Amino acid sequence: MCTLEQRGRVFVLTLTGDGEHRLGHALISSLRSAIASAAEAAAKAGPGAALVTVGEGRFFSNGLDIGWAGTSRARLGELVDALRPLAADLLALPMPTVAALTGHASAGGFLLALCHDYRIMRGDRGVLYMSEVDIGLPLPPYFGAVLRAKITSANALRDVALRGKKVKAAEGKEMGIVDAVYPSAAETAAEAFKFAEQLAARKWNGGVYASIRMSMFPEACRSVGIVEESDEEKRKHFASKL
Amino acid sequence: MESKDSLCTVERRGRVHLITITGADDHRLNPTRLAAIRSAVAASTGAGALVIAGEGKYFSNGFDTEWVRTAPSHLHATMDGTFRALVADLFSLPMPTVAAVTGHAAAAGCALALAHDAVVMRGSRGFLYMSEVDAGIKIVDFFAELVREKVPDAVARRDQLLRGDKMTAAEAVRRGIVDAAVDGGVEDVVEAAVAEAERLAARGWDGEVVAEIRKALWPKVWSKVKDHGAGPAAPRPRL
Repeated sequence: MCTLEQRGRVFVLTLTGDGEHRLGHALISSLRSAIASAAEAAAKAGPGAALVTVGEGRFFSNGLDIGWAGTSRARLGELVDALRPLAADLLALPMPTVAALTGHASAGGFLLALCHDYRIMRGDRGVLYMSEVDIGLPLPPYFGAVLRAKITSANALRDVALRGKKVKAAEGKEMGIVDAVYPSAAETAAEAFKFAEQLAARKWNGGVYASIRMSMFPEACRSVGIVEESDEEKRKHFASKL
Repeated sequence: MESKDSLCTVERRGRVHLITITGADDHRLNPTRLAAIRSAVAASTGAGALVIAGEGKYFSNGFDTEWVRTAPSHLHATMDGTFRALVADLFSLPMPTVAAVTGHAAAAGCALALAHDAVVMRGSRGFLYMSEVDAGIKIVDFFAELVREKVPDAVARRDQLLRGDKMTAAEAVRRGIVDAAVDGGVEDVVEAAVAEAERLAARGWDGEVVAEIRKALWPKVWSKVKDHGAGPAAPRPRL
């Protein structure tokens, strides 16, 4: 389902296998478990860490396991609810995060990519696609909140969510959704890893990094269930460092 | 006219009330300097526009952590409160405001610049730098709100806050954070800011209306600082 390996200061989270990496209960649990391990290992090792998430094969992730849900609204609701804490884990992760988009990312898969700090994508093929409008599913509220937090150009947001635009890497860069584009899957993965190493080398304090990240989009954090630290707690942290 | 301790000077140039943060140091913001700047801002009555500039290498390098280190912890909130009060004063000021970022502006210094209606920055030297991530300091909510409202682009905001990018004027203009980069020395930047302020003053806008519109455009920041400021004038009737 997924593997976590540590290469120096960088944790590489791989969605394994040639399939669509559909987000069902099992994969979501595995991902949450792996992310928690990375956070724990980083906490022990001290400041300076980063996460790269990558999918093997043609897909980053093609979204929730709607095959499993079938016609059951209850099951679909379960998957939507199960994905929410995974989104929260990423938004609260005490280290920089990079999504290495070597394959398609649709719907819930696109959401996961957006929950990372940076997106590095192959330019030769692959799309980012919020497919919900095309398949006739509304966006869960937390999807909307994360989209609004990360895609701040009104037209880009409209094109992605309301028009189901299939966004290729170069266009994604212009829209402010993709940070860097490389010509092949292999280069994309390699450059994403190098970039993550550079971020880890800044030796940022993980707790502070996560706090600053969350302060950029409190509404999205609330929508995925993260409780933000109060100013009082932040000031105490500051005082404790003096 | 000089303010107490000569932490900043004040002069009128035409219709423009020009405040210069003085000293060869890095213009750290502590309660004393913040109070001096607030006094200088309060002295702007009757002017058509306001400019805050710095002399030397720095606009401001942020909060005075040395002061915080030695001050009792119950006073830390005072520095935060005094900074909010200054932002409240700028938000409720009945005239357009321009920041002349004549040198480095970091952390609270960067936020101070953003709290103005317009920012001009020295092109040849100096960085805009949200240093908190590198310094290991968490960002309190109203500060984050100010950046959210004044830097609405998610990528620019991430690079500033989460990556601690040191932005030159050209970079800041490209990303829409700063309005103009000005070639030359400190005095050239000040002159350009004063010229811009003079152009804004020449529009002859009703100052109270300017202040009300400003608060309506950035209501979340205003709501988080308004109780700290000098106090509002009687509210104008709304149409």
